[in-house]
This record gives sequence, structure tokens and C-alpha cells, in this order.
Amino acid sequence: MTRDGNSAEVSVRLTEDAGTVHVAGALTIRSVTHLHNHLSKLDAEKVHHLDLSEVTRLDTAGAWALLEFRRRSTQTITVTGASSEAESLLRTVENVLPQPEEPPQRDTSFKAWLDRFGRRVFSGLMFLRALTAYLGIFLHRLARAMRHPSEFKFTSLVHHCEEVGFKAVPIVALMAFLIGVVLAFQGSTQLRQFGAEVFVVDLIAISVLRELGILLTAIIVAGRTASAFTAAIGSMKMREEIDAMRTLGLDPGMNLFVPRILALLIMLPILGLIANAAGLFGGALMAWIDLGISPAMFTTRLVEGTSVNHVFVGLVKAPVFAMIIGVVGCHAGMQVESNAESLGRMTSNAVVTAIFAVIVADAVFSIFFARIGI
Amino acid sequence: MTEREVVIRLRGIRNEFGRQVVHEDLDLDVYRGEIIGVVGGSGTGKSVLLRTIAGLQKPTAGSVDVLGTDVLNADEDTRQKLENRWGVMFQDGALFSSLTVRENVEVPMRAIPGLDPQIRSDLADLKISMVGLQYLAGDKYPSELSGGMRKRAGLARALALDPDIVFLDEPTAGLDPIGAAAFDELIRDLSHSLGLTVFLVTHDLDTLHATCDRIAVLAERKVLVTGSMADMLKVEHPWVHEYFHGPRARAAVPDKTTKGD
Ligand SMILES: Nc1ncnc2c1ncn2[C@@H]1O[C@H](COP(=O)(O)OP(=O)(O)O)[C@@H](O)[C@H]1O
Ligand SMILES: [Mg+2]
Repeated sequence: MTRDGNSAEVSVRLTEDAGTVHVAGALTIRSVTHLHNHLSKLDAEKVHHLDLSEVTRLDTAGAWALLEFRRRSTQTITVTGASSEAESLLRTVENVLPQPEEPPQRDTSFKAWLDRFGRRVFSGLMFLRALTAYLGIFLHRLARAMRHPSEFKFTSLVHHCEEVGFKAVPIVALMAFLIGVVLAFQGSTQLRQFGAEVFVVDLIAISVLRELGILLTAIIVAGRTASAFTAAIGSMKMREEIDAMRTLGLDPGMNLFVPRILALLIMLPILGLIANAAGLFGGALMAWIDLGISPAMFTTRLVEGTSVNHVFVGLVKAPVFAMIIGVVGCHAGMQVESNAESLGRMTSNAVVTAIFAVIVADAVFSIFFARIGI
Repeated sequence: MTEREVVIRLRGIRNEFGRQVVHEDLDLDVYRGEIIGVVGGSGTGKSVLLRTIAGLQKPTAGSVDVLGTDVLNADEDTRQKLENRWGVMFQDGALFSSLTVRENVEVPMRAIPGLDPQIRSDLADLKISMVGLQYLAGDKYPSELSGGMRKRAGLARALALDPDIVFLDEPTAGLDPIGAAAFDELIRDLSHSLGLTVFLVTHDLDTLHATCDRIAVLAERKVLVTGSMADMLKVEHPWVHEYFHGPRARAAVPDKTTKGD
């Protein structure tokens, strides 16, 4: 057996006479397809000897092909003329030839489908239960922090307020401003047909104050902050820092969840207010440019025509959205396992879940306010 | 054994990062078919040496000859051919996380022209079985495996093309003693039956004792001494003496002056 790796020889020669197959050439991974195809054309039952005296090189792939051939026969096929290295290699490979095991069959019957469906629903319910439990942990630790203010990390709260609130101001304001512009522009084209241009103020005010300002702010914050919470807590979980905290008597709920979720609770309404202002400003600007509604007229119309209820309806949702985003982010972070893939998976899960839950909550609020007639 | 063939020849290697010189004027020969264990304190540049030989790190001076090819000055084609003749097992396996174990082992085989996909998959199963993993492990993703299984899978991938040389970086670090002993035995067996040359970086005295034919000690920026375990016990250098005579060494190398079988 020579081991010159640059032999690009891919052809093997097989000759058969009176039950003996003579194999010649280099039996390597490069020639194994060729060798395997040749051998599979032979009737293994009629072969009694494999003569390897003209084999120049043998690797595990070649050995595998020879042994696969030998395995097809019910009788023993003896190998002759093999070098001692080749013989030892054949023995090694023979000892580890994998015995295929049946992979578990996937049941496709209706019953199995129902079973999987049931499991999905159940795991969905368990997920909701887990989120509720995290909400409970947060509220409990918050109450505790109020009773024992010394345990509460005030600097941490300030830090998170800056991260989730202050640093989000530019993007939130810009987004709301553009939404105001778009609403004014779209509204004016439609309303002009009826000569009712001035109602564009009501359109902008109601949609921004009641719905869009806070909803879009929450969606942006969900994208920014839920992922950041999951990534931060998840990487601590991954490196067993959370376990270390527990053994040192530091409660993750108190030290990680409370400052983060509380920061969201404080900052999201403020961000909502900023979004409202920026949205109205964008709308007023566009109304002025496009419809000639002067800022003074816009303000008068805004104060006269828009009930303050709309602002209330919008902002009352903010704490709920904040709670959803914070709890989803923290919960997802705690589900991270000890590998990097799960960190990535949970981070994107957290964003999707948080945005989805915020929209569902918004829909519930809409129905509720419509029913009570605010 | 006459005139042993040298498969790795390092001469005058110098590696530096900024102002930190890791290797200076380092020489080393590795012979065909042997298992050479490289030891040294943390940060002495064992991993850097491995990366230098495997062409992942360009030394600032010196020459690296592997299987008769000058690694540093070889053209793209020659290098490619050479890379098929060695396999590297990184710490913790370095498996591709988006592929199953079987697909991981198939990756190097994809470079072989005309290899039938079914045969490729069967050969991957053979390699998986060869490193002592269960058949069903082939369908698993790296994240579903334990640390020891990931190392075995990493070794299976390194062995995919029947290399002449395998480089192992701390293969038994982080394994329990039984798992580590099983891995030592696996390396010995494979080296024996496949005629492999093994370049093994390790901290583990048990591994050194159980698997290595020869030991190279890295200290003072070079290969200080090479030789058998028995030779190491006679070396006067303080670090080497401490390493092979310390409390942990005495446990691993029971009162023997010659290396047992
Ligand atoms: N890419 C790099 N950049 C800078 N310094 C490095 C780099 N890789 C290694 N080093 C330095 O080289 C030294 C040797 O590292 P390494 O070979 O990993 O040590 P070990 O012997 O523990 O495997 C260390 O001091 C390390 O800081
Ligand atoms: Mg290292």
C-alpha cells in the first residue's frame, strides 16, 4: 500500500475467472464510485476469492466497497494477496461497518395528526402560563422592592431607562413624524374630493393619538428592546451567570427583570407622548404645505374638534404594551440553553412574539373602548 | 525501523503578535506514523504552532514543510491537494451548526469529483461509526450532542478523506476521565490501523502517557526537548521537571522509569 495522495487515478480494473475477482489499481475515495458500481454488477454468490495483489493503494473508502460486496454474499469470500496494512485496514473497517437501524417512522394517520395538533395547542397554553408566571414574578419582586428599597438597584433602573427610552427617542420621533406626513397626504387627497379638507386635522389627530402613535412606538420598542433583553439575559444564562447569581443569593427576578421591565413601564408612555407630538407636527406640516391649513388653524381645529379622551385612550395602553414586551423579552432570555443557536432562536422568537402580542392586545383594547363608547 | 520519513519539518519558525514574540527559532520534526504530543504551559503557543503547520497562521520567519511540500510558498493547487491530506480537529469540534453530523462529515468529501451521493453518505456513516458514535447520531445536529460526542464527530470530519496527518487541539479537555480515556484509546487505535500521523496538543498527562510515542515540550518560545516519557523524566529544566514530577504527574505516571506498553 503506497500512500501517494496525488494519484488522481480513478479507474480500477476488475477481472473475473473461476470464482476469483482480481482487483487492480488504487482503491481510494476517488475511485470508490467506479469500484462500487463495478462490484455491484457482479453476482456475489459466484465469487469465492478477492485477489488484491495488484492493489496499489487502499483507503477506508476502498475497504468499505470491498466489504460491502463481501457482505452481499451468503458464503464467505476470502481475501487473498493483500498486504499486511491492507489486511489490518480491512479488519478495522469490518469491525465498525455501521449496521443501519430503522429510523423512527413518522406516523401520518389522522390520529397522529390530531395528537401533534393537541400537543401544539397544549404547548401554546403552557407558554401563556409561563408568561403569566413571569408577570407574577415581576409584580411580586416589584412589591418587594417597594417594601425593601435597599434591595432595589436604582442605578440599574436609570441605565435601562436610558437604553430603552432615551436612546429610542430619535427613531420613534422620526417614525411618528413620517406617519403624520403620510396620513396628511393620503387624507387630503381623499377628503379634497368632498371639499372637506379641514377634517384632515381630525383624521390625523384621532389616528395618531388613539392608535398609531402608541402602537407603532410599541412595535419599534418591541423590536429594539425585547431582543436586547433576550440577548442580554440569554447570554448570561448561556454562561451560567444566572446560576452563579442564584448561588450567591442574588435573585434574577429582582436584579434582572425588575429594572428592565420597570424602565419600560416608565419610558414607553413618555415615548408614546413624544410620538404623538411628532406625529401631529408631521401632519400639521404636511397639511400646511399641501392644503394650506395654517398651523394656527390646525391648532384651533385640534383643540376644538378632538376630545382629550383620544389621548387618554392611546396612553392607557402604554403600560400594558410595556409589560408585554418586557415579560416576553425576559422570559425568552431565560429559555436560552447552553448553545449559541438557541440564543439566536430565542432572540428572534422574542421579537416576533412581542410584536404579535402587542397587536393582539391593541385589538382587544379597540373592541373594549368601542363597547364602552369612549 | 530504518531512516524514518519526516512528514512535518519546521525550521526557524518565528511567530509574533505585535510586540509579543510567541515562537522564536523553533525547530521540530515529526515522523510518519507516530503520535507526537505537544505540551507546554497555557499561552506558550501550542495552538499557534498547530495553526502554523496547518497553514492557518503565517509565521514571520522560518519554513514549514509538510509531506515534502513547502506550505508557505506553495501555489493554490498544491495547497488544496495538501489540505486533503491532513485533517484538523479543533477544540470542541468546530462542527457546522446548521448541518447534521453526517452532513458535516460529508463536507470534505464533496470536493471529490464524481463521488456518488449515496456512497458519500454511506462513507460518512462509516466514519461516524469508526469514531465510536451510534448510527443514529448521524442525523443529529451538533447542538443535540454532548461535548464528548461533538469531539468525536469533529474527529470523524477530520478523518473524512483518510488523511496522512491529523492535528488535534486538546482533544480530551473538558471530558470526564472515562470519556477521555476512551478518546485516548480511539486515537491510538485509529493511528495504528489507518497508519495516521497524529499531532496532538494536550494538557493531559494521562493522554500523553496513554497515547504518545514522543513528547515535545514547548517552553521559552521553542521546542525545548523532544523524547519519550522516560526521557522527559530526566530533563533538568525547572518547568519540565515540575510538569513531569509534580503531584499530578506522579498520579498519571506511576513509579516507572521506562514507558510501559
Ligand atoms: N490572533 C492572536 N492575536 C494576538 N495574540 C494571539 C493570537 N493568537 C494567540 N495569541 C497569543 O499567543 C499566545 C499563545 O497562544 P496559544 O497558542 O493559544 O496558547 P496555548 O499554548 O495555550 O494554546 C498567547 O499569549 C496569546 O495571547
Ligand atoms: Mg490552546
